[in-house]
Amino acid sequence: MYDVIIIGAGVCGAAVARELSKYQLKVLCLEKENDVANGTSKANSGIVHAGYDPKPGTLMAKYNVLGNQLIQQLAKDLDIPYRKSGSLVLAFDEQDMQTIKQLYQQGIENGVPELSLISKEEVKALEPNLTEEIKGALYAKSAGIISPWELAIAQFDNAVDNGVEVELEQQVVDIQKQEEYFTVITEHHGKTQQFQAAFIVNAAGVHTDTICAFISQPKFQIVPNKGQYFLLDKSQGDLVTRVIFQCPSKAGKGVLVAPTVHGNLIVGPDAVDIEDPEDVSTTAKQLAYIQRVASKTCDKIQYRESIRNFAGVRAQGLIDEFIIEAAPETDRFINVANIKSPGLTASPAIAIDVVKMMEKAGLRLIKKSNYLSTRSMIRFKELSPEEKQKIIQQDHRYGKVICRCETVTEGEIVAVIHAPVPATTLDAVKRRCQAGMGRCQGGFCSPRVLDILARERNVAPETICKDKAGSYILTEKTHKG
Amino acid sequence: MLEYDLVVIGGGPAGLAAAYSAYQNGVTKILILERDDITGGILNQCIHNGFGLHYFKEELTGPEYAQRFEEMLKDTSVTIMTQTMVLEVTPEKQIFAVNQTEGYITICAKAIVFSMGCRERTRGAIAIPGDRPSGVFTAGTAQRYINIEGYMVGKRVVILGSGDIGLIMARRMKLEGAEVLAVVEIMPYSNGLNRNIVQCLNDYDIPLYLSHTVTEIRGKRRVEQIVVSQVDQDRMPISGTEIVFDCDTLLLSVGLIPENEISKTAKVTLDRRSNGAVVYDDMQTNIEGIFACGNVLHVHDLVDFVTEESMKAGKSAAQYILNQYRHSEQTVMVENGEKVSYTVPQKIDLAVGEPETDLFFRVNQVIHHGIITVLGEDQQVLFSKKKAHLLPAEMEKIHLKKEWLTKQRQITILIEE
Repeated sequence: MYDVIIIGAGVCGAAVARELSKYQLKVLCLEKENDVANGTSKANSGIVHAGYDPKPGTLMAKYNVLGNQLIQQLAKDLDIPYRKSGSLVLAFDEQDMQTIKQLYQQGIENGVPELSLISKEEVKALEPNLTEEIKGALYAKSAGIISPWELAIAQFDNAVDNGVEVELEQQVVDIQKQEEYFTVITEHHGKTQQFQAAFIVNAAGVHTDTICAFISQPKFQIVPNKGQYFLLDKSQGDLVTRVIFQCPSKAGKGVLVAPTVHGNLIVGPDAVDIEDPEDVSTTAKQLAYIQRVASKTCDKIQYRESIRNFAGVRAQGLIDEFIIEAAPETDRFINVANIKSPGLTASPAIAIDVVKMMEKAGLRLIKKSNYLSTRSMIRFKELSPEEKQKIIQQDHRYGKVICRCETVTEGEIVAVIHAPVPATTLDAVKRRCQAGMGRCQGGFCSPRVLDILARERNVAPETICKDKAGSYILTEKTHKG
Repeated sequence: MLEYDLVVIGGGPAGLAAAYSAYQNGVTKILILERDDITGGILNQCIHNGFGLHYFKEELTGPEYAQRFEEMLKDTSVTIMTQTMVLEVTPEKQIFAVNQTEGYITICAKAIVFSMGCRERTRGAIAIPGDRPSGVFTAGTAQRYINIEGYMVGKRVVILGSGDIGLIMARRMKLEGAEVLAVVEIMPYSNGLNRNIVQCLNDYDIPLYLSHTVTEIRGKRRVEQIVVSQVDQDRMPISGTEIVFDCDTLLLSVGLIPENEISKTAKVTLDRRSNGAVVYDDMQTNIEGIFACGNVLHVHDLVDFVTEESMKAGKSAAQYILNQYRHSEQTVMVENGEKVSYTVPQKIDLAVGEPETDLFFRVNQVIHHGIITVLGEDQQVLFSKKKAHLLPAEMEKIHLKKEWLTKQRQITILIEE
């Protein structure tokens, strides 16, 4: 019997798991995919929003501004790639100038620090590569960029270090509510399993409505909304140093141009409602649209330097607000739903309130005395020559560079394969230590990473997947293999 | 800190030849840095034959070709350091590298040869839309899995790109029992050698779809379908022409990009058209004492040509080390004229080096009955040569005597029809 079961190992599930891991509780997180952070959390813009977008008084406004501050500390404690880059919202005409003034006012009301309206000249001084059509901009110094999947992975690693259990490939197929507890029924590799817990946190992203429906008629409905992106080589990574938005519209915050924490340039997203919440395909039409819109911001982007296109699905609802509340039937089942932008930024703040809500409903919170608040990683390429020499002496595997584009060593790859939430696939390794994330997209290193995965996990190479279950790479041995 | 006269970065065919040639020309303290476990580079996975016809006048496999040079180097004083990754090279010719035994290494060199080779263009570079399942491989990665690791990568295959690697892999997959449903080429002509079209496709009844491209990848986990469409004259897909292939694998052979990330750290000037360094006719870059050759300079059709170019780079590096020569003011810039996509070298020094030089270039379209023409500054014809067929897939070479170029500051190479 668990005290709490979290359904969904995205960035919200991660934040709740880490928050709960501070207390003497038995906590389990169930995830249907074979890795954490494998849905919306891995495919978004990776922006830590300042908080001027949401309407004052909303949960989105409250959690955004608070989350922005919490993430700065979290990134330090858990060694997550993050940079307080600042952001600009560009105005191209009089109407836009009105919009950024309103955003400024809204930001002040929401309590956003370090916010200012700046002239075209000031914009060009900050960002010389933007186009000439700019009239002015809203400058938010507190905005930042983060590795979104590492925000989730680091929190899970830390939570597992503090005793939280994470079970992957557990698809929740039913939840039964008993007097004192819930029984969660899952399917794991075709077999049915059961887990009991006093509290449930529903953080299932695009599937929160389906999960909620097991115990009550949900008051919300997820309307999945897809956004596509270009990721460009590091040669384009310094075209801008801040996150550059255009004025928001009904469709969302629009197409942005931003550096990533890994040194690349990201361009996107569009926003299109879709039916299948698992549809992350890209389309030629929408990619062309993104290029067209982004050219208004910056016309110097070399798309021949593109290294990847991807798409993510927003867990958007019918209403423009987060839903962080207990189900009407029971205060022991908390929905964390409609988590669209600024969900990533808001997640640490949401988690604090979710835990408070459970405490109110009877969850006893007793602090652990041995709670470990930090987690760190070795990133070989960031080390000084002396540190590089030292680490290779300690473990010679750090002297073997496997991923040439990102300079990732065997030592780092082995470390993430044996991390608290172990990497078991090529993409899981990539998300944790960047092997395969560079300009050749794993062309050189994927056979070698696959080899290391098979060796370290002591499994046959044919069983290693690229990403989700079923994404096998090798079919069989060759005739002479 | 280690000190060498010459450090060669990359132990593939280019690096091996450059080191050997430098040794032949009188330099003894030579170091080859290779990141893989063994030297030979991409040749190690090219187990088919067809290598060496020009240079050795016989037909060798890739590993055999590499072995010839490894044998030649055995009796020399050239040191080879494998499993060693170069992290940075400075314009002052300091090299920073790592390996497992020595850790973080600093090396000083009098001269450096860049021979890092190239990498494959990926799906992301050409923005193929659709899902992102497993089963999409660059042809070279698939070749490594099959020929080195000993594992097959799929059972029903579509190949995009009819360059030589695509064609070779079509045959390789077929020989290993896979069904190759189509080789798809966006251009109206193949980019591979004619002999490879005959020996890899025609002999195995593998259909080649010219003026077609892949317009969608389908499959949530593993590739399930590949959609192929015909393209118009501007290479844009024509809607209504879609062909859907049920398959589990897509191989991409859509171009190679010279790997010049290290060159950038050394502040070597790059040519946007060749994607390699700008070099003089002795293969020296803008940084004194740093030379470039092989596929890091420009992508070659045949390893034999890589060898020839690298022997020249090695010889020049040796002369630089022994004589400390410098380039003169009498330098002719080579410009690309009509129908020419790039040239190597981009600069010819009339006062220094050999009295003659080869000039390599590629055309940007198929040309029948063309006249290769070199024009001087006043549009006077300095050289011309008729050629029945010129193809973008085939590197062209002309031989120029420097005396023909006297007093020119700039020449233009173009094709007249």
